[in-house]
Amino acid sequence: MCLIVNGREVAVPEDPRVSLLDLLRERLDLTGTKKGCNQGACGACTVLVEGERIVSCLALAVQYDGRCITTIEGLAGNGELHPLQQAFIDHDGFQCGYCTPGQICSAVAMVGEVRRGVPSHVTSDLAAERVALDRDEVRERMSGNLCRCGAYNGIVDAIFDAFGDSPEEEAR
Amino acid sequence: MSLREKAKQRLQATAMSMVQKAVALAPDAWVPGGDPDPLIHHRNGLIGAPIPRLDAPEKVTGTARFAAEVPLDGMLYAALVYSTIAKGRLVSLDTSAAEAAPGVALVMTHRNAPRLKPLPTFTSNLRSAAQDSLPVLQDDRIHWNGQPVALVLAETQDQADYAKSLLHPVYEPGHAITRFAEAKAAGLETGAMMGMRFKDEIGDAETVLAACPVTVDEVYSTPRHNHNALELHAVTVVWDGDDLTVHDATQKLAHTAWSLAHAFDLAELQVRVFSPYVGGGFGGKGLWQHQLLAAAAARLAGRPVRLVLSREGVYRIVGGRTLTEQRLAIGARPDGRFKALVHLGTVAMTPHNNMPEPLIMGTRGSYAARALRLEVQAARVDMIANTFMRGPGEAVGTFALESAVDELAVRLGMDPIELRLLNEPEKEPTSGLPFSLREVEKIFRDGAERFGWSRRSQTPGQRRQGEWLIGMGVARGTYPHNRMPGGAARLTVTRDGRATVEFAGQEMGMGTATVHAQVTAERLGLPMTHVIATVGDSTLPGRVMAVASAQTASFGAAIAATHKKLVKELIGLAGNDGPLAGLSPDQVGGLNAGLAKLDDPTRHESYASILSRAGQAELTVEATAPLPLETMHWSMHSHSAMFCEVRVNAVTGEIRVSRILGAFDCGRILNARTAASQFRGAIIMGIGLALMEETQFDERNGRIMNASLAEYHVPVHMDVPDIEVMWTDTPDPHAPMGAHGVGEIGITGTAAAIANAVFNATGKRIRDLPITLDKLL
Ligand code: FES
Ligand code: FES
Repeated sequence: MCLIVNGREVAVPEDPRVSLLDLLRERLDLTGTKKGCNQGACGACTVLVEGERIVSCLALAVQYDGRCITTIEGLAGNGELHPLQQAFIDHDGFQCGYCTPGQICSAVAMVGEVRRGVPSHVTSDLAAERVALDRDEVRERMSGNLCRCGAYNGIVDAIFDAFGDSPEEEAR
Repeated sequence: MSLREKAKQRLQATAMSMVQKAVALAPDAWVPGGDPDPLIHHRNGLIGAPIPRLDAPEKVTGTARFAAEVPLDGMLYAALVYSTIAKGRLVSLDTSAAEAAPGVALVMTHRNAPRLKPLPTFTSNLRSAAQDSLPVLQDDRIHWNGQPVALVLAETQDQADYAKSLLHPVYEPGHAITRFAEAKAAGLETGAMMGMRFKDEIGDAETVLAACPVTVDEVYSTPRHNHNALELHAVTVVWDGDDLTVHDATQKLAHTAWSLAHAFDLAELQVRVFSPYVGGGFGGKGLWQHQLLAAAAARLAGRPVRLVLSREGVYRIVGGRTLTEQRLAIGARPDGRFKALVHLGTVAMTPHNNMPEPLIMGTRGSYAARALRLEVQAARVDMIANTFMRGPGEAVGTFALESAVDELAVRLGMDPIELRLLNEPEKEPTSGLPFSLREVEKIFRDGAERFGWSRRSQTPGQRRQGEWLIGMGVARGTYPHNRMPGGAARLTVTRDGRATVEFAGQEMGMGTATVHAQVTAERLGLPMTHVIATVGDSTLPGRVMAVASAQTASFGAAIAATHKKLVKELIGLAGNDGPLAGLSPDQVGGLNAGLAKLDDPTRHESYASILSRAGQAELTVEATAPLPLETMHWSMHSHSAMFCEVRVNAVTGEIRVSRILGAFDCGRILNARTAASQFRGAIIMGIGLALMEETQFDERNGRIMNASLAEYHVPVHMDVPDIEVMWTDTPDPHAPMGAHGVGEIGITGTAAAIANAVFNATGKRIRDLPITLDKLL
């Protein structure tokens, strides 16, 4: 049994209690994914499973046998920054940086959800095929990612900078 | 508190007040800051430039390693068992099942824990970081609900957590005082801390108040709060013989090293604490029991240990802000001039710590009133030691003060800004000291214009859009300019024209290293790319906590002193045959990677040239900052004018902050980007304080009931509108770099601005935080 983390095959741990988060942090030394609560309440541990965002603290590693996981370390290739990582720097979308990997992974998948027309609590027309990526949509959809430093304005600006102008461009 | 401690405190207070009087009367030139920092005159350089954080690439790629992320060979994982009673004794704890569980290496209780020397609290000892004076796992006594009673070490976290579930402590409960009413009845004491006594009486305020034609006299209350930094408190420790290395998440780096050394009876240099990145602090990331427990367990097991508190664990053993009950009374003449101001607060602390939330601090310097009565009284509750949290004192104190000023404005039919400005004092009302900088009128006027304050209706409940009532509110925030003793730094210049500045600073997101690299580069006349700032290691120079918005000033003053010394030595090296020959250190400054005569920059020699002529590869100097006497010679404060617009749903009572603007009078801003983030972050914590944050404390048993991020609500993306911030950028002539700290001012005043806006929207005055929708229905 194995899962694929950032393109690399990784054996599923023998202890079935091990969460995906602990597998990443404690066994694979991929500590970019953070633990802020271990209870699904903060979003710091957000990773991508084939493009979908999940909180990895509430996921058992064994459940992801055969699946492809992308963490903050695997978001961009060959030493480059993902456009959203660069935008976070440009807009000061963090202070301590602890929520940052989770915010970035979450936002990448969130933009995908918007482009697929998945409605949210603030979407006014649930029947519409397209959902506009406005600031309230971003805020609502990112509300599962807490930032105690309060870098929220910068995060929203960064998301717009990276994805706002070209809404058709696929979230990488 | 023991009689001895009380006597000691009284003595400290007397000594402090004598020093204060002497420093107040000293000539300006004798006091640090009497000669303005030359950096104040540098314009159009690096100071204030919005330079991105130097550690930004590490933070966005996940390569910045926090305390729980340092890999060590053979490391064990720890889990803690917390007491479920508030006071009494642990009578039995059978450890056999846990010890036999898979992977378990150690179960540590008071029976087998190494003996540790007791620590003084950090409010009573300048070197200590300890929050309370309790022994750590040394005996069977229980002092609060949540106190650690056992620690399990195992090969994996899951094994440790499972083994911990096999421990079933048996307690013999004693009588705990967990109800605030009972604690108050048992006796109140006037708050005193670090040589300050939180009581001021000028004139007979109560009599003056009673005779005033217009008065407000109300009770305001705020609940307990927790910092909830997103990073869990964590520590990774390893012993090498008697040398201890600790990877900690701390805002008290050097103090933690001293404290661990003291507890384990080691020399200070045998303990090295690293903390290059801290995932948020806000006052909470200090020395609590977990660092001592991890080090003790590692010593016993003979292996490295990682201890990460669970989120619940953070609530159990890391204290937060106390609840407050505050009486705020203002007596005024019909024209709005204040005659009497009364601010009395009652707060909780514990028998084993001393932190009487200093909620009158902001009231001391805010308004001119001839009669003042201010006092903080504390009751002793059996609970986890309360501590400093962002804007200690002012965050909650300004809620009462600035709500009351708004209430008075309503009673007088006056604009609340005009009422505030009418009562601006000419010197600090309680100390009589002159202000070093005060641009309160400017921030109110500029802020009002930018915010569109003139569009506000003075009568509440006038603006409505469908179900939504809309209101505007304003309040003033204030926070002292602090500088701590103990600032020191090391500065190295190399022959290739590069520099390194090193100090035991802490980076919790404020941008410490970035800002000081910037300042150092500007002083030296080097580009940013040629300066490295290193922080986060307790063996570097300086012993300054990142608290009280004082870190930048404290290390900034040390770097200024270090730079001065460096210039002197460079001039010595340059000798008598270069372009700088015959010049004194005061006549030169850093320019174009070298030194130049201030009024004749053609007399210039590069660092490279000076060092190579002297045959040196580099020059390193170290210096300490002078004692921060300037804060006793001038009244040094930051101010804010907070403007807020809220929308309140008339049907459901739901409250949304739709606009918020903060105008700041904080001296020179050193980095526009990181400062703006500090302002915004603190304002957001102020939104939490106003609308949602509350640590729920079960008064029956002293247990915190909402020990999770699901049940303790902090502001999320959807709660936060775009926040506008602006600042005067006027340097404080007496502060290092002309700058004030900017980390805490934003939370002060914010809750009152929101409460005042809620009143303006609905006509309902809420005096008990948080303003939840049930209070509006
Ligand atoms: S750590 Fe997974 S949601 Fe908080
Ligand atoms: S940057 Fe610190 S929690 Fe978001």
